[in-house]
Amino acid sequence: MSIKLGVPSKGRLMDKTFAWFARRGITLARTGSAREYAGAVEGVEGVELVLLSAGEIPRELAAGRIHLGVTGTDLVRERLPRWEAAVEEVRPMGFGHADLVLAVPAAWVDVNTLDDLDAVAAQFRARHGLRLRIATKYHRLVRDFLRTAGVADYQLVDSQGATEGTIKNETAEAIADITSTGETLRANHLKVLDDGLVLRSQATLWKSRVASGNGAVLAALLDRLETPSPAG
Amino acid sequence: MITKAAIRAEAARLMDFFRAAGAVPTEADILQPAQTLLDLYGEDIRARAYVTQDPLKGEMMLRPDFTVPVVLAHLESGCDGARYTYAGEVFRQQEEGAGRASEYIQVGYELFSADDPAAADAEVFALFQQVLLPLGLRAATGDIGILMAAVQGLATSAPRKAALLRHIWRPHRFRALIERYSGRAPVPSARACLLEEMAAGRKADDLIAAAGTLIGQRGADEIRERIAALVADAAEPPLSEGESALLDEILELRETLPMVLERLRDLEVDMPALGPAVARFAARIEALDAAGVDVDELAFEGSYGRSTMEYYDGFIFGFYAPAVPDRAPVASGGRYDALTRALGKGREHPAVGGVIRPELMLEIRKEGA
Repeated sequence: MSIKLGVPSKGRLMDKTFAWFARRGITLARTGSAREYAGAVEGVEGVELVLLSAGEIPRELAAGRIHLGVTGTDLVRERLPRWEAAVEEVRPMGFGHADLVLAVPAAWVDVNTLDDLDAVAAQFRARHGLRLRIATKYHRLVRDFLRTAGVADYQLVDSQGATEGTIKNETAEAIADITSTGETLRANHLKVLDDGLVLRSQATLWKSRVASGNGAVLAALLDRLETPSPAG
Repeated sequence: MITKAAIRAEAARLMDFFRAAGAVPTEADILQPAQTLLDLYGEDIRARAYVTQDPLKGEMMLRPDFTVPVVLAHLESGCDGARYTYAGEVFRQQEEGAGRASEYIQVGYELFSADDPAAADAEVFALFQQVLLPLGLRAATGDIGILMAAVQGLATSAPRKAALLRHIWRPHRFRALIERYSGRAPVPSARACLLEEMAAGRKADDLIAAAGTLIGQRGADEIRERIAALVADAAEPPLSEGESALLDEILELRETLPMVLERLRDLEVDMPALGPAVARFAARIEALDAAGVDVDELAFEGSYGRSTMEYYDGFIFGFYAPAVPDRAPVASGGRYDALTRALGKGREHPAVGGVIRPELMLEIRKEGA
């Protein structure tokens, strides 16, 4: 019985994942036409490649439909309640770095910390009659973060894309979004709060705690992944 | 295995008990408008309640408790005093502990009365104690009103008091504020820079303009207003060590009611503003005693009920099975005048009440059998 490895199905994340495995002597490749999400694995026996959207990989791991999967820390923590019980981190892969941060308009010179954000949320609610809106797609992570910090009088508004634009469009007062360089934030007249780092994320290889299958194959594969080739 | 039928029968028995005490049976819709609950409890309620979408009414929640709909129905009725009882399912997400029920039956008793709060508190507690007596539970009590009075009594500015009161139910942030107001936590560097610039005579508008294009709904006037508040706050003398120690002492109180009263009378000497809250506490002890509660054995905890997110702002109580410390309380309740004020558009309808979980009662009885 083979084990299943889930890998992002497109883009730089897929390319870098393929390269990461290649450095460990395992060739992953898409087969068939460029539109077909089928894959092949060479260099190790009994491993089946499953190409999936990175956002679906946490769910597939938690359901035990794949044994191993590559996806960001952010997606695992956002999408899986009690993620530690569902998946185990095998290793961070050293790419796909992204920070989930809280950002506010740069012109808010009175706001630099969560403490300020909380005070301004109270002020904003008193003035405008609505809770300060934070646009994000990372609802669970941001809510947990703000609860731990004791920030009140805010609301999360869903934003699945172009989140940096929501403040200018007056559908939000602050945002929580992934940034790799901060360039987009600056271009949109935003700044990150000094203590506004919600999560530091990178592409990571995860192992399902739920999937049952061929333990010997899994052990052999994990063993191979221990040692990248020096040429890498 | 305890059947639903058995739980319903137990719930009916409890409702009969509360009805005999003068309560009118009431009901509430399972689907509640989410906005009311979100405005009261904030975004955290989303992690606890089930949110669903109605194509016309927008976001709805499966009722996480009966308190809010019962208060709203009471306000609608226009009555002044009333006693209600109800029974039905409530729904709570249980992300942390998969073993906890996410759907369970609650039976409640709520008392709305503007006169003699001590008697009302005692009536509710004594009823709960009476009906739970055969189970041999441990009772815990607290009083958020004492902590609130202590905050009001601090020798500090109104904005600082308002900030502390706003975070009474968030112990972590409350503590952080105390540390900052006491001068024990350093001023964040960005704040220090801003204060320096202002002290050097820079104009707030220039600072805002220099920081970039202002976008969004929060206007320059709001930023100026807050900068002025920060400048004023920086000039505020730190909380005295005595005062922050007094808050700590209140939070750390763990004694029987009469002993706590002794201690509070001592603290009142240092902070006379505690007077009315201590008087209410003393009156409650008398009322409890008159209602047949053994107050000499009743435990009090100064920080009890601060992290339940329930809006209790006075007397608060819970009943626990001693054998299973991490099990949810079998019953809990308290005074929620502030909630009635928030829902009553500023007009207060003093209220105290509580809920029992009949299923837990049956479990304990079974274990004891």
